[in-house]
Amino acid sequence: MGPLIFRHLSLSSFGLPPVWTAGGGSELNIVAVLNCMYDLIQLHRRGLRTLENMEVEQLKSNSNVDFLQLSTTRLKEQLEISKRENTGLLERERQLQLKVKSLQNCLKNEKEEVQKLQNVIASRASQYNHEMKRKEREFNKLKERLNQLLVDKKEKKQAIDVLNNIGRADGKRSLWKTEKTEAKHEGEMYKTLLSDYDTRQRELQLENAELRKVLQQMKKDMVSILSSRKQAAKDVLPTLLNFIQAASEEEDEVFDSSKDSVELYCVHAREKLTNSIRLQWRRLKSHVERLDSQAQTSESKTADAVPRETHEEEMDRLKLEIQQCKDFIQAQQQLLQQQLSSPCDEETASLLSDCYMLQEKERLGDEWKTLEEQRKIFERERRNFTEAAIRLSHERKAFEEERATWLKHQFLNLSPFSDSKKPSLSKSKSAFLICECLFLFPSLSEPPSCVPLTSPSTADLYRTLCLIPEDRYGLDLNF
Amino acid sequence: MNFSEVFKQTNQLCKVSPDGKYLATCVQYRLVVRDVSTLQILQLYTCLDQVSHMEWSSDSLFILCAMYNRGLVQVWSLEQPDWHCKIDEGSIGLVSSRWSPDGRHILNTTEFHLRVTVWSLCTKAVSYIKHPKACQKGDRDGRYLALAERRDCKDYVCVFVCDDWHLLRHFETETQDLAGLEWSPNGCVLAVWDSCLEYKVLLYSLDGRLLSTYSAYEWSLGVKSVSWSPSSQFLAIGSYDEKVRILNHITWKKIAQFEHPAILDSTKTVYKEVEKRPAVGSDEMSLHSITIGTTLFNTQSKYEISPLPVQIPVVKPDPDRANPKIGISALAFSSDSRYLATKNGGFQVQSLNWHCSGDSVILLGKEQLCLCYMDTDQEDK
Repeated sequence: MGPLIFRHLSLSSFGLPPVWTAGGGSELNIVAVLNCMYDLIQLHRRGLRTLENMEVEQLKSNSNVDFLQLSTTRLKEQLEISKRENTGLLERERQLQLKVKSLQNCLKNEKEEVQKLQNVIASRASQYNHEMKRKEREFNKLKERLNQLLVDKKEKKQAIDVLNNIGRADGKRSLWKTEKTEAKHEGEMYKTLLSDYDTRQRELQLENAELRKVLQQMKKDMVSILSSRKQAAKDVLPTLLNFIQAASEEEDEVFDSSKDSVELYCVHAREKLTNSIRLQWRRLKSHVERLDSQAQTSESKTADAVPRETHEEEMDRLKLEIQQCKDFIQAQQQLLQQQLSSPCDEETASLLSDCYMLQEKERLGDEWKTLEEQRKIFERERRNFTEAAIRLSHERKAFEEERATWLKHQFLNLSPFSDSKKPSLSKSKSAFLICECLFLFPSLSEPPSCVPLTSPSTADLYRTLCLIPEDRYGLDLNF
Repeated sequence: MNFSEVFKQTNQLCKVSPDGKYLATCVQYRLVVRDVSTLQILQLYTCLDQVSHMEWSSDSLFILCAMYNRGLVQVWSLEQPDWHCKIDEGSIGLVSSRWSPDGRHILNTTEFHLRVTVWSLCTKAVSYIKHPKACQKGDRDGRYLALAERRDCKDYVCVFVCDDWHLLRHFETETQDLAGLEWSPNGCVLAVWDSCLEYKVLLYSLDGRLLSTYSAYEWSLGVKSVSWSPSSQFLAIGSYDEKVRILNHITWKKIAQFEHPAILDSTKTVYKEVEKRPAVGSDEMSLHSITIGTTLFNTQSKYEISPLPVQIPVVKPDPDRANPKIGISALAFSSDSRYLATKNGGFQVQSLNWHCSGDSVILLGKEQLCLCYMDTDQEDK
């Protein structure tokens, strides 16, 4: 029963009439079953057919899709191609436009030139016409004149009427025309030309010498610059530079040895000079170019940036210094101005003008005082001295007299007995000693009393005091 | 500046003697000689007809008065007023009359340029020069005379020694139609130029050798005026293209070129040249802003320094007419070769003359004249 029910249910879901009637029992309606089966088979077949159809449809659509895909790719390619063609055409169009512009320019130029030439032709034509007309007029006049002359029998001759001959401009007599004069004329003409060439050559020589000097100076400068740069250069090329420098120095030596300017007049020396100048110039140029490139690339390098920084620092420092100095000068100037222009009264003015010197003045005053005191002392002492000198002269005079008498006495008493001298000796000795003391002790006003007489003998005293020359009393004083 | 009273003259015949002491003017048929400083009349001569041309001799002793329509030339002496000399050309006519450079011969060009008659005042001798052209120039020292000749459609230059009219040199020039010649001040070079249809300047040495040729361009109208510098170092060529070209005497090549544009942006260009000579300055001597009234002495003529750029009024000449009024028509070097004054275009300036000190230049117009002083720093126009 179960499957039947199931079948019953499924048949109704198919829309088929039920197989058996309700309440009919379990008898199957065979017709209905057959019909159902037939319907089922039909349905099945129909389904198959639709499946087939759908498969066919699917195939068709698949092939359609493929076809469409192919056509899209083809069309895309075509689009690419046409785009490229388009750009190509645009490019060509641009070029053609440029060409057109240039051709238009050329055309304009040509037109202008044609215009110019036409103007030229026109002016030339008018000039020619003018000349033609002028010549024609002159020709006509000539014809008329000829006619007139042929007709007119009376011919006026040429004539000159001078009161008297005048002298020549240079006052000399004119010469006959001979070969000699002709030769002289030729000679004079050539002389003029030669002198002109001479002056020109001299001028050119001077100019040449100056230019040569300038060139040599330039060469020297260039060489010096290159050699100084060589020391400062940081390249790897110093060795090369050395070599070049040595070579150029050699050249210089060879060249400088012939410094005499006369020798420079020969072609070889001239060429040498110009060649060496060119060489140096090329070197200098290459060096400068190298420095330039270095300068450009040095911004990335720190090694080269440092000198620049220091350089800048240096510059800033110098600028600051300059500014300070300027300020200082300014301040000074201001003060000076103030000084000169400040309106103050007499006292303060004089005081102010003196105040710088005050200390100096005081010191000066003190020194002056001390000097004055010293001067007074010296005066006093001098006075004493003169007095003493006067006294001394008196005493000397007295002593001289005494001595004279003593010598006289001595001479008169010249005898083997030598006992009676002592008392006068002592007196004279005392006189000596007084002199000595006076000389040695000028500050003492009074001659001292007798000083012990164990001092040297009279002769020695004499000699030391240099009072008496030795010769006169040489014979007397040996005791 | 003081002005003297106005004196009459005809035909613009008014010349100062070469030594600078006398002034000769012609009034109709009279010749009046005055002292330059006092303007007092020293001599008065009467000619036979209206004077067409008047010229001082080079030594300032004689004056030539030519009357072209009568074919007469009369010569007067300053030292001896009674002395007279009359040259009658007869039926052959007279077109031009000049002194020779030595001041003792008179060169008369007959009508139609048939020949040049050389009359000697010392010997009364006559010489003839055939086929002359309208240009003859004597050199500065008065020894030689160069004369252009055209024979068989070719141009020749004859160089005569003025002493005895000995023909020193006779040479052909490479010109189509010689238009002018000019001696250099040192007497050694002769500059010869072609007519305006061809730009060609030829330089011949005194003995007839061709030194150099210069041609700036072809086809357009060529040389209009030529002038040597007093030191013989430069040759200035002014042409119809409104440019002045300067050649140097060593290589005869162009060393400088001055333009005369219609709009001036810089009034002074100084060219320092290689030879370390003094600088040559170019002055645009065109008159910038002048206010001139109608009467001669009541005018307040004033010169202003116009601010740059300045537009010079240019009158375009008629292209159909010959000898157009464009181009450099007058050139004058100052005496120390420092300045060059040029006249471009159709300005009504008839002559440019420098003062011998080289500091000022006189521009003579038909009715007015003006003096321009050169300042060392700036120009005063």
